[in-house]
Amino acid sequence: MTPAIELQGISKAFGPVHANKDIALRVLPGTIHGIIGENGAGKSTLMSILYGFYRADAGEIRIHGTPVTLSDSQAAIAAGIGMVFQHFKLVENFTVLENVILGAEDGRLLRPSLAKARKELRALAEDYGLNVDPDACIEDLGVGFQQRVEILKALYRKADILILDEPTGVLTPAEADQLFRILRRLRDEGKTIILITHKLREIMEITDTVSVMRRGQMTATLPTASTNPEDLAERMVGRKVLLRIEKAPAQPGATVLDVQNLCLQDATGVARLKSVSLSVRAGEILGIAGVAGNGQSELLQVLGGMRPAQGQVWLNGQPIDIATPRADARTRRALGIGHVPEDRQREGLIMQFSAWENSVFGYHHDSGWQRYGIMQNAAIRQAAAAQMHRFDVRPPNPALEARHFSGGNQQKLVVAREIERHPQLLLIGQPTRGVDIGAIEFIHQQIMALRDQGTAILLVSVELDETLSLSDRIAVMFDGQIMGERAADATDERELGLLMAGMAPAGGA
Amino acid sequence: MGKMPNWADAVLVPVISLLLAAILSALVILAIGEDPLAALQLMVKGALGSSYGWGYTLYYTTNFIFTGLAVAVAFHARLFNIGGEGQAMLGGLGVALACLYIPWPHWALALVGATAAAALLGAAWALLPAYLQARRGSHIVITTIMFNFIASALLNYLLVNVMRPKGSMDPATAKFAQATHLPTLHDMLAPLGIAFSKSAPANISLLIAVLACGAVWVLIWRTRLGYEIRAFGHSEPAAHYAGINATRITVATMLISGGLAGMMAINTTMGEAERLVLNSVEGAGFIGIAVALMGRSHPAGVLLAALLFGFLYQGGAELALWTNIPRELIVVIQALVILFTGALDNMVRMPLERLFIPRKPSIKKG
Repeated sequence: MTPAIELQGISKAFGPVHANKDIALRVLPGTIHGIIGENGAGKSTLMSILYGFYRADAGEIRIHGTPVTLSDSQAAIAAGIGMVFQHFKLVENFTVLENVILGAEDGRLLRPSLAKARKELRALAEDYGLNVDPDACIEDLGVGFQQRVEILKALYRKADILILDEPTGVLTPAEADQLFRILRRLRDEGKTIILITHKLREIMEITDTVSVMRRGQMTATLPTASTNPEDLAERMVGRKVLLRIEKAPAQPGATVLDVQNLCLQDATGVARLKSVSLSVRAGEILGIAGVAGNGQSELLQVLGGMRPAQGQVWLNGQPIDIATPRADARTRRALGIGHVPEDRQREGLIMQFSAWENSVFGYHHDSGWQRYGIMQNAAIRQAAAAQMHRFDVRPPNPALEARHFSGGNQQKLVVAREIERHPQLLLIGQPTRGVDIGAIEFIHQQIMALRDQGTAILLVSVELDETLSLSDRIAVMFDGQIMGERAADATDERELGLLMAGMAPAGGA
Repeated sequence: MGKMPNWADAVLVPVISLLLAAILSALVILAIGEDPLAALQLMVKGALGSSYGWGYTLYYTTNFIFTGLAVAVAFHARLFNIGGEGQAMLGGLGVALACLYIPWPHWALALVGATAAAALLGAAWALLPAYLQARRGSHIVITTIMFNFIASALLNYLLVNVMRPKGSMDPATAKFAQATHLPTLHDMLAPLGIAFSKSAPANISLLIAVLACGAVWVLIWRTRLGYEIRAFGHSEPAAHYAGINATRITVATMLISGGLAGMMAINTTMGEAERLVLNSVEGAGFIGIAVALMGRSHPAGVLLAALLFGFLYQGGAELALWTNIPRELIVVIQALVILFTGALDNMVRMPLERLFIPRKPSIKKG
């Protein structure tokens, strides 16, 4: 059988860095092929070569047996390659239909193109189960649907090879499941799909074959059925990796955080938190599970002092002000509440600041870091260098701007900053989102060590695996409410999944 | 994301932009039938060829340093203060009030008092736009521009109806007292045995401007307030996460910015005119935007860019005086410099980056 894609000896260097070294790849038509590797392993470079963004320094590309030169994305589209980027390339205030024909209009007048596209979309929807309202505005669509539009765009351009770059990074578990259903259907209809990801579970769940990349090289290509997550992780990182953290039973102490009847309405009057009550004791981790958008983010923001709310909150038995705008993130830090925000790039770090400037971000009022309003830069720099060493941040260069670190190392910068303050209470949101496996293991160990030192930890994560393996107790949020609370070792994904869907299982909370 | 070496970013980009502007200006001069080389010679000679020329060049430079710093400080908080013009006008009012109504025993004390008054009124003029931006979301570009017109009208009213001495036909205040007259560069350099033109207006304000550059550098890169200003400018959500109060930073930044713009008046009003006249700012507030852009919002860059624009101003005036090149062409040349160094910055930067980055690999290439 002629492979749909055949790469031979593909190399690409950026200066002395070999982003891709002598890559060979064969993908048979009608299969889903996973490419897995840590950040910086060369996955994106390889796909950029396939989509005509970069020219390879050496090597050959064959599509369905025909050698091709992919000088730009137009050439890639002509060769039948479609790409769905991690960050969508859609015009927010255009309709689905307008986005689909954008750049592929048939003539100067839009009407015939739109009519044709409408017909085509209907056919595509029937063939692959890709249902989207063609007249809906992109900004009114959920993320999952926006992604469908990206897929439709590729299919409308007659792609029969579809490349998806980290497609589930922005999706809820349910949306991811729907995406996988669509991908399977596309495969069954004869399309070839390349899935780039760093999530082992997705590889195991959906791919037929998988290639592992490490440091610019393709280290293995194997049938998915013949491998397992531990094996893949080892091939990715180059050493044995603990996928499930080993933890001692918690030794909970006194109650540190006590929340009663916390309520929050957003600017449009919609209730985001509905009478939430929970408590966290010293030396234990309370995990909040739930599908993204059910109030977990708001809970973290309220406790972290980023938005006022109604209700009572006690820290170590002392009531704290959560209602007035005076109660900001700074006062919360002064009380000993650390906060690893859900979005490290938007909130946790100033991307243009150096690592050392970021190392005191939020704590820049502390007397060690400033005196009479003058920043003690030498002291900060020194402390940051030591901290980066302890947290194995790479490269260990405090002068480097945050944006030049990989996602995992950025997260280490944030986690290090918040953990090393030894907070009474640590709020931690999506600790390992977009972080590669080696760093995940490290961050999990740090969180555990902090728990064992007696810090109360409130963990929010959309990764149910992570919540299950880290938490001592798990509270499930749905529609702004706590649906129930379980001991982590007395529950499973099925039970939590029901709670996450808003169904209270028999037996009650 | 690649990064050019620092020297290329700080030196090469502006130099190439300048060269492009110069070439285009030369073509324009050619097109109207004049000799560009001779014009350049005349500009250099007029602006830098004598201590008289230097005296004017440095006088303009002083203005542009103040207004350039004002815009640069605001830029660090990602605020676009277009109101330098109005804030400088109010600064002039401050200088006039301080010099006219307080019997200063010595110019040094008068300078301190007038500087404070100028900064105070300049800052006050920025306060309302800052507050409206922070609490009401009224865009600061719009409000500061409108405040320029209000300032102009206010000064017009005050100079015509209130502060004009009885019997004078001129919309200006009375001359300031002798004790408030600032030493010029001639006075300052004479004890050192350096002869400097007596009639050039450059004065001790130049030193204040240079000191202000140092102060702004300390503020932005060494103080906690500067840290917060930069953090807020780079990312508002992150600043909020860190507990940095948006209102406080917006207002504080704009007060400093307005104060710096206001301080320009010690040069024009106290140092040169020695009374407050109508339109004493002469567009320096707007030039400050170009100066800040070209100086990359860094005080050292602002200093150099101010010097360049000082040269263009004085050289341009000479050109208009001695050749058939019309006054309007000088504006064209200045506009070209602004266009290339400010607005078209990326046009030079991007090809340059491409030139540098293949050789300097960036850290992450996924």
